[in-house]
Amino acid sequence: MKKLYQTMLAGAFLAVAAVPAYAQQYSGPPLKLGVLSDMSGLYADLSGPGSVIAAKLAIEDFGAAAKGMKVEVIGGDHQNKADVGASIARQWYDQDGVDVILDVPNSAVALAVNDITKEKNKIFLNSGAASSDLTGSKCTPNTIHWAYDTWMLANGTGKALVKQGGDTWFFLTADYAFGYALERDTSAVVQKEGGKVAGSVRVPLNTQDFSSFLLQAQASKAKVIGLANAGGDTTNSIKGAAEFGITKAGQKLAGLLVDINDVHALGLPVAQGLTFTDGWYWDTNDDTRKFAERFSKLNNGKYPGKIHAGVYSSVYHYLKAVYAINAKADGATVVKKMKELPTEDSVMGKGTVRVDGRQIHPVYLVEVKKPEESKKPWDYYKILTTIPADEAFRPLKDGGCSLVN
Amino acid sequence: MSAHAGTTASSSAAAPLSWKPFAVLAIFLIIGPSLIYPVFLMKALCFALFACAFNILLGFTGLLSFGHAAFLGMASYVSAHAAKVWGLTPELAILFGTAIAMVLGLVIGMLTIRSRGIYFSNITLAFAQMVFFFCLQAKFTGGEDGIQSVARGRLFGLISLQSDMVMYAFVAVIFFLSFLLIYRIIHSPFGQVLRAVRENEARATSLGYKVEHYKLAAFVLSATLVGLAGAVKALVFQLASLTDVSWQMSGEVVLMTLLGGVGTIFGPAVGALVIVSMENYLAELGSWVTVIQGVIFVLCVMFFRRGIVGTLMDLWSKRNAH
Repeated sequence: MKKLYQTMLAGAFLAVAAVPAYAQQYSGPPLKLGVLSDMSGLYADLSGPGSVIAAKLAIEDFGAAAKGMKVEVIGGDHQNKADVGASIARQWYDQDGVDVILDVPNSAVALAVNDITKEKNKIFLNSGAASSDLTGSKCTPNTIHWAYDTWMLANGTGKALVKQGGDTWFFLTADYAFGYALERDTSAVVQKEGGKVAGSVRVPLNTQDFSSFLLQAQASKAKVIGLANAGGDTTNSIKGAAEFGITKAGQKLAGLLVDINDVHALGLPVAQGLTFTDGWYWDTNDDTRKFAERFSKLNNGKYPGKIHAGVYSSVYHYLKAVYAINAKADGATVVKKMKELPTEDSVMGKGTVRVDGRQIHPVYLVEVKKPEESKKPWDYYKILTTIPADEAFRPLKDGGCSLVN
Repeated sequence: MSAHAGTTASSSAAAPLSWKPFAVLAIFLIIGPSLIYPVFLMKALCFALFACAFNILLGFTGLLSFGHAAFLGMASYVSAHAAKVWGLTPELAILFGTAIAMVLGLVIGMLTIRSRGIYFSNITLAFAQMVFFFCLQAKFTGGEDGIQSVARGRLFGLISLQSDMVMYAFVAVIFFLSFLLIYRIIHSPFGQVLRAVRENEARATSLGYKVEHYKLAAFVLSATLVGLAGAVKALVFQLASLTDVSWQMSGEVVLMTLLGGVGTIFGPAVGALVIVSMENYLAELGSWVTVIQGVIFVLCVMFFRRGIVGTLMDLWSKRNAH
């Protein structure tokens, strides 16, 4: 099954790897990881096949083969449909012996996978889906959320823009779980900072023509148009706004979930000046630059974004926990171990996994560079502020997660 | 309805109920889950029922509806909502979903049944799109998320359906009974009139049948059984989503029916099995699956128009003739 993305990593490595004398050998069963993503649709660039690559790099860097761990990665395409995603997840767990599901961009699919994973007591390491409900009202002992979430995006971007004077907002909201969560979390921040929400319009997922929605946003006279969408929808709405001259007329666009791949798709002339929050940037230190270079060589020259970094980091940390347990364990036990151990890898840096399943790390408020400021390929962000981990994510007590106390 | 209904029963197609295919089907249903992943099998059965019910209309009445996803999807939303929010037991949730599909079928049927040919297809499609839009916007359907984590619950309040095998047994029984029912309908005097309508509507009218009543009855029956498939599907996957109500689904069922053999009893079920297997086992090819389906469809139309089962039956009768 899924041979296209499938790789057997162990075998060859095992034979040649020189085992360091101090390393304990892993004696548990082989592991199987499934990257469930949008492989060809609007989220394919910011997650998709790149996430499979990121998972493989993490296995390589962890030295799984040398430690005697046989780890296999397979990929699956959920086509952004909750029913397709749910049936793949079920089949992976029931039939194909998958231990962990990774990534899952699209909150609707992620919520379905979240339930199934709990039911089967497996592990869901989410970095693709944004909804903060996964570590809030819908949290489970089997799910960890990496990289970013809607609360973090809203908090960083919302605060910054209201402070700059953008105190009335109108939302273009993707019509599903993710969009609602992002709109809800951003509205809360805007109102808390003293701003007002003028209205919102719900837009079907994967819309090509945003003109009628943009005209409503324009008519609202709000100072800021909040884009509570992602991937292809974000780039389409930003392009549309540029064509209608909305930004020239003085309304400011707030991309609430912008990925570096979206900036690349838009091009700097259109994207310049956008201010938003991102969970990771490739050009922050030597380790991240090295990772970006390795990754882009395998991914047709496209650089990694926060989701890829999240997949890398989550796989790395998962392997660390399994290695520490060194036996066959059910999902909740491994996740418990993952929460005990601090996270540390060369890509995401240091962090921790909270009891509600939220992995926290510092995040960045960035501004997209002007074309003349960009010195090298993919040199897109100016980091305005680094938000420390404990401020970047929703406080534990506010999430309503049943695992907290 | 018509006083003539009883008089046509003696024609050749109303042969005595042959038990052999049903024995084969029953054996397949019993040993199936030990060979094939039961959740996949349940999905295949739901689609098989969907296609067989659709075939009442296309194969036996000669009406090509392009809006049957409306019944599948609506029933699936309603039964999911009933099971999840109202906490109905699974059999009641399924019955309720099916009843809603029947009512919807009656309303849409009354408004469309007078049109013919391509106009009928287009108007049913238009209604299905309205239903789609309703499902997209209505609060209870949850937009793109659909209705998730629907509890399968306890059958009659007693038997837990949580295990896939128990659920499978339940689905298999529903499928088998529905299949018998479809067979019975088609081989009844009523079914004979439907065929007469398909072959020559003007003649059926001249014989004194109220053709529109028959067509409407067939439409409602078909919609109801499609609804049953949708309602069961929602409980199997514990999820109701826009996929089931989208126009692609209406197209898919046409493909299943034609590929399996339009106008044969078992054909649509075989077609459904083939299409669902392709989508499942070739999923890694991504959008190529659609291309492959297209090629198969073209081949089917060019070389074996009677579909898989129809062609096999032809070969069989030729061999026996020698």
